[in-house]
Amino acid sequence: MGRYTARRLLQLVPVFLGTTFLVYFLVWGISDDPFAGKCGQRACSPAYIAEMTERYNLDDPLVVQYLKYLGALLTGDFGQTFSGTEVSTLIADAYPITIKLALVAVAIEAVIGIAAGVLTGLRGRGFVDNLVLVSTLVLIALPVFVTGLVLRQVLGVELGWIRPSVPGDPTIGQLLVPGLVLGALSMAYIARLTRTSLMENRRADFVRTAVAKGLTRRRVVGVHMLRNSLIPVVTFLGYDVGALMGGAILTEGVFNIRGIGGLVFRGIQQQDIATVVGIVALLVIVFLLANLVVDLLYAVLDPRIRYD
Amino acid sequence: MSLRRLATTVAALLAVVLVASACGGGGDDRSSETVTLDWGEPENPLVPGNTTEQNGGDVIGALFAGLVRYDVDTARPELETAAAIDTTDNTTFTIRLEPGWTFHDGTPVTAQNYVDAWNWTAYGPNAAQAQSFMEKIQGYDEVSTEAPTARTMSGLRVVDPQTFTVTLEQPFTIFPTTLGYSAYYPLPTAFFQNQQAWEERPIGNGEYRFEARTPNQNLTLVRNDQYAGDIKPTVSRLEYRVYSELQTAYDDLVSGNLDHVKAIPSSALSGGRWRQDLGDRAHLKEGLSTTTLTFPLYDPRFADPRIRQAFSMAIDRRLIVDQLFNGVYNPMDGLATSAAEGYLPDQCGVACRFDPQRARQLLAEAGGFPGPLTLTANSDGGHDVWMQAVTNQLRQNLGIDARYTPVPSFSELRRLANSQGFTGLFRTGWIGDYPNLETFLTQLYRTGASSNDGGYSNPAVDAQLSAADQAPTREAAVAGYQQAERMILADMPVIPIYTRPILYGDSQRLVSGERNPLDRLVTTSFQLAPQD
Repeated sequence: MGRYTARRLLQLVPVFLGTTFLVYFLVWGISDDPFAGKCGQRACSPAYIAEMTERYNLDDPLVVQYLKYLGALLTGDFGQTFSGTEVSTLIADAYPITIKLALVAVAIEAVIGIAAGVLTGLRGRGFVDNLVLVSTLVLIALPVFVTGLVLRQVLGVELGWIRPSVPGDPTIGQLLVPGLVLGALSMAYIARLTRTSLMENRRADFVRTAVAKGLTRRRVVGVHMLRNSLIPVVTFLGYDVGALMGGAILTEGVFNIRGIGGLVFRGIQQQDIATVVGIVALLVIVFLLANLVVDLLYAVLDPRIRYD
Repeated sequence: MSLRRLATTVAALLAVVLVASACGGGGDDRSSETVTLDWGEPENPLVPGNTTEQNGGDVIGALFAGLVRYDVDTARPELETAAAIDTTDNTTFTIRLEPGWTFHDGTPVTAQNYVDAWNWTAYGPNAAQAQSFMEKIQGYDEVSTEAPTARTMSGLRVVDPQTFTVTLEQPFTIFPTTLGYSAYYPLPTAFFQNQQAWEERPIGNGEYRFEARTPNQNLTLVRNDQYAGDIKPTVSRLEYRVYSELQTAYDDLVSGNLDHVKAIPSSALSGGRWRQDLGDRAHLKEGLSTTTLTFPLYDPRFADPRIRQAFSMAIDRRLIVDQLFNGVYNPMDGLATSAAEGYLPDQCGVACRFDPQRARQLLAEAGGFPGPLTLTANSDGGHDVWMQAVTNQLRQNLGIDARYTPVPSFSELRRLANSQGFTGLFRTGWIGDYPNLETFLTQLYRTGASSNDGGYSNPAVDAQLSAADQAPTREAAVAGYQQAERMILADMPVIPIYTRPILYGDSQRLVSGERNPLDRLVTTSFQLAPQD
């Protein structure tokens, strides 16, 4: 397992270099005049263009620019935005919020999703099963921004139960509704995934054996069925954690959460290369690590899987 | 039965949410004294000479006081930190400062602070956004280039700590009016000693002092009790909160979690909902923002002024304003807005009045319009709907093949404008820098001017603008600009469409909270309702 982990960690390096270069290339590739629109309705002054060209090494070939940027990045210098703010400060302020929101969302989708899945998967057809199937169908059909806007309008403006926006340093309580919105779609998938997986395993040989051995129902379900049925669910959750850590542009926008998603979005809009590439570099690492953790978790859940 | 179960489940869920969000309240003691304002990240560091957009301007305006300020309602310029601005020839201005002004760090505001700040803004390598505001001052050309030959402009001279003189390249009669712009604010010595430290904690001479800032989240200011101005601020603390979406800010305002929004989302404007939501705390005043469609005069198909007039007369501005902007915007009837000094109603005359018959006639006289006509705007600015409407009107009223061809972003639009890449009409917006007709003319229609995107050039107009600049009195200058405006409109290099007023809203906690016609926050006007 140690060697496997080391190999996977080494694979991070080329992936990291490739993605950051691509993003760097694409952000500058959006427009051949990076200063168009930077100075409002006026054209930028030659002195301004000269100064910014110098600051961001725009005179060099793209590869040289990228290497200079990478060199600074590796010494921990994320660079500055056009407005003179350190990108590292922006990330340090925004990332804790994104992580908090992601954890709330994952907790909601895991707890409610798995519970609903288990409930219906074990019981089979009936009222609860239909309720879960229909409600998950509704959640899957509704885009995130619709649920978000509706909840904000109803709970925030009309009933006044929550604040329509989330303050700069939010508590877990203030993130519950946004977390629910963000996790709703995955929650529906998890419920269905768990349900199907359990239903399949209910008739599996090892379950019949376990029952025949005279094990208690609690043990059959908890140890034998759930542990085997949860493998696809864990894969899904792991992927979701990685995706959520990358920020949630729509949900963050609806509830004005000052997280990483909105930061990237604004960076792309303003062609703020330092912000975009800096954050993407970080996100690539987070995503790859999340995937690695998921892969390692397989071995824990399923003794048949080994990494050597 | 099943419905009841569903209801129970929903109720239980909501109860959990409710309890959890109630727990998370956590207010601080100062919150009742703090006024919260809708804000966005400034585009540049918060230095007066480097700030030309609204978000930065809203903070800079609270941190600094300038020589001149603009009246909150009429935008009329009046002296603030200047005791007098005198001139005999409209070229050299002697500015005497009001005594008693200090920066937040206790140092007095002297003439040197103004001169140093202006020189910093003009100096090429500083790459300041507001650099061009200094271009009329003598010696600007030597300091403004990438490799300047001088550090200071020869036109600025300190006479004594309370007096300095400004010499312009050419007479500019309305120069004192322009001095209210944030580019002309003074900077303390601390700025020149350590600019980076200053940018982290800006020090000004205005009614509020800097307290703290978390980039991309918020910025707070506290009242400056040593403020020397005659209108004192009453609110003890201001929090500028960053919002990504106007709609969220508006919802926060309506539900009592925010005290001021700097604009009204279009969803709230439709059907006048914002007036129901906000009552007498819904504010509207004429601003300095114009929207026009510009002809690419570098394309010979648009050379005939009759064609340009025909297009203008084929557009029903009133209909667009009433149907698409809820009657809140105003159809343009000249090149300026009514908030600007020198505005005359109906300068455009018949050429801006909807008259499809006359339009068709003019177009026929000019020999028709060859080929398809494209109309271009940026899709990221909410322009699609009215641009489409204009396109349809041109097609229906003139029978030409008009097509709306949007570009995705503002920067793409500007790139095309700067490279003269348009093949048809394109959207241009302008926000006046100071409340005078001149701001809507010189920079847009003078030959080779910085924002003359259509490539318009008329020597007679240039001469008339110069004559107005050099007029002996303000009144004569304004009359000269009005004459120039009529001359430009006769050529019709742009089609005036609408002016956008300043729209904003306040919360119930406020007795008053205003923006001026330049769309800048007037922090001294904010007043909390008495608590009971």
